[in-house]
Amino acid sequence: MSSSLRRFLITRILLTIPMVLILVTLIFFVMRVLPGDPIRSQLGPRVSEEQANVLRERLGLNRPLYVQYFDFLWDMVTLDFGTALTQGERPIKDELGERLPATIELTIPAITITALLGILSGAFAAKNRKKPIDYAIRLMSIAIYSIPIFFMGLLFQIVFSVRIPILPLSGRMDTLLLTQFESITNFYVIDSILTGNWPALKSAIGHLIMPSITLGLALTGVFVRLTRVNMIEMLQSDFITAGRARGIPERRLVYKHALRNTFIPILTLLGLQFAILLAGAVLTETTFSWPGVGRYLVDRIELRDYTAVQATIAVFALFVAAISLLMDILYAFIDPRIRY
Amino acid sequence: MEEKQLLAQIRNLSVEYKTRLGQVSAVDGVSFDIYKGEILGLVGESGCGKSTMGKALMRMIQPPGKITDGQIIFQGEDIMTYDDNQMRDFRGRKVSMIFQDPMTSLNPTQRVDEHIIEAIQVHESQTKTEEALTRAEKMIRKLGMQRRRMNSYPHQLSGGMRQRVMVGLGLVLNADLIVADEATTSLDVIVEAQLADQLKDIREEFGVSLLVITHNIALVAEISDRIVVMYAGHVMEIADVEPIFDNPLHPYTRGLLKSIPNIKLVDTEELYKMPGEPPNLTHPPSGCRFHPRCPRAMPICKTYEPDLEEVSSGRFVKCWLYIDHPEKESETIKVEA
Repeated sequence: MSSSLRRFLITRILLTIPMVLILVTLIFFVMRVLPGDPIRSQLGPRVSEEQANVLRERLGLNRPLYVQYFDFLWDMVTLDFGTALTQGERPIKDELGERLPATIELTIPAITITALLGILSGAFAAKNRKKPIDYAIRLMSIAIYSIPIFFMGLLFQIVFSVRIPILPLSGRMDTLLLTQFESITNFYVIDSILTGNWPALKSAIGHLIMPSITLGLALTGVFVRLTRVNMIEMLQSDFITAGRARGIPERRLVYKHALRNTFIPILTLLGLQFAILLAGAVLTETTFSWPGVGRYLVDRIELRDYTAVQATIAVFALFVAAISLLMDILYAFIDPRIRY
Repeated sequence: MEEKQLLAQIRNLSVEYKTRLGQVSAVDGVSFDIYKGEILGLVGESGCGKSTMGKALMRMIQPPGKITDGQIIFQGEDIMTYDDNQMRDFRGRKVSMIFQDPMTSLNPTQRVDEHIIEAIQVHESQTKTEEALTRAEKMIRKLGMQRRRMNSYPHQLSGGMRQRVMVGLGLVLNADLIVADEATTSLDVIVEAQLADQLKDIREEFGVSLLVITHNIALVAEISDRIVVMYAGHVMEIADVEPIFDNPLHPYTRGLLKSIPNIKLVDTEELYKMPGEPPNLTHPPSGCRFHPRCPRAMPICKTYEPDLEEVSSGRFVKCWLYIDHPEKESETIKVEA
């Protein structure tokens, strides 16, 4: 690793700190400005003010705002995340520890589908530009892009688990299997491999298929179009013509030379889309009753559970920051002009 | 060069581009020969079809362009009859090309050695990587570059070095012809002179033929053996380099030579400017395509197109001044500029 690359990475990592800080601060205050409060949403409107105050004091909501704010920041720094304000008041750490693996287990196959399908069909469309297959791919990508995630999810559910019952409707695993399932990492696929529980593995993968395809497809459209446009430009560039004049096979020119040079804008988008992917995960998790972070966030926003929402958003922000850092490192590997 | 051996014959080659305004005949019935080991200069103004000609020679015309007619006979075989696989083998192994912009004609994500090894292995799949690497190193050294340049990426090399890598990519497969399409145009004058010298050396050392496509007549005078002058998609004159500079026959060649800036030019002397503009090739002029700009145009030039005829040994001219025709009138007509 050259020293310039090291310096670049250190700056890059340090920059994520103010970014996350600004975001969590924003969330902290926005949550408190929103109408509704966690006490009333728990106890209902008929409870007396004294009773409400008792709970408020117990949860520390009666303290001055700046005390709550620094308390929250300290929780973040120590990665403790504090205790939820509602529903059994479980430590948020435990809750996220169970749910984050579920969300990651959903997003990884989804982004893989997006990247592979999007990039390959985009490249294929560019190679066959202005031929019927190109128009077909472009039409499909627009169509998929314009379908809302929950609608696509519902459609899949109706077709593949109601009409033709080949895939499970929702959840992460069959309930029967779940009762005797031993969870270590909370990644069900990994856990079932670790414990050698093959029926559980089969069930876990089966449950992943529909949600991950739904989520993956939703973002594919953008990638198809971006790859196609960049590839068309790349295929007209001089070094491709030069390669052709050297007798390099067309397929190699398209899928090796041009595609590698198209990866920079694609990676940028992939990093940015990851944030959108998490938002999509919220919808997908709701549609498929997937016990992930997304559903947790929706539930807790409704309850005005300040601490839980703050902590979840902070985790999302860290996640996105980590991904975009990873993308920057990947650039350097793909493009020597950045490396040196 | 006593007995000149033929390498390639281009016969009656035509290339058309389909545009919204109609068919553009960028190259129209062009014929010339390329001999083994010669440097042939192909000159003309921008848009005269010389670059199209270079691409057509390798059948690399992309739609909406198309080779509509003609033959390209290379070492006795008409490559117009080749299928895609034969064509791919032909490109790189028989003919190789150097382009105008060295900044963009190499893959930015590939090192120099990767470029050369790929070129070798695409054509000789049985060649091991180590062997290809040895050949690549030899080639790099022959081109006067340091061995460590092998591990460089294109952006780490100067323009001149990149062009040498391009030359090396052609030579490493022992191509018989290298087409240099404005290969020196974007280099500065000193590097340009170096590359020009190197092209001459390469010809000596490898016995390769070079087709130098350029609008730089000074360059062509410096390095070529013969010259083909193109105008508006037609070949106007073909001759050895000395006679054409001593005594240009075609009025267009004459104008072209007169418009070269000369350092000895006295301040009061103005540089010659050819009247008019190159014609729009969707509707080329009738008869000789140069007649609207020709200072010596005759009535016949408007109506009949002259053939490219051999007026003396190895000297071809497409002009009514040197060809007889029953309707030819000797009286020169005035042309509105």
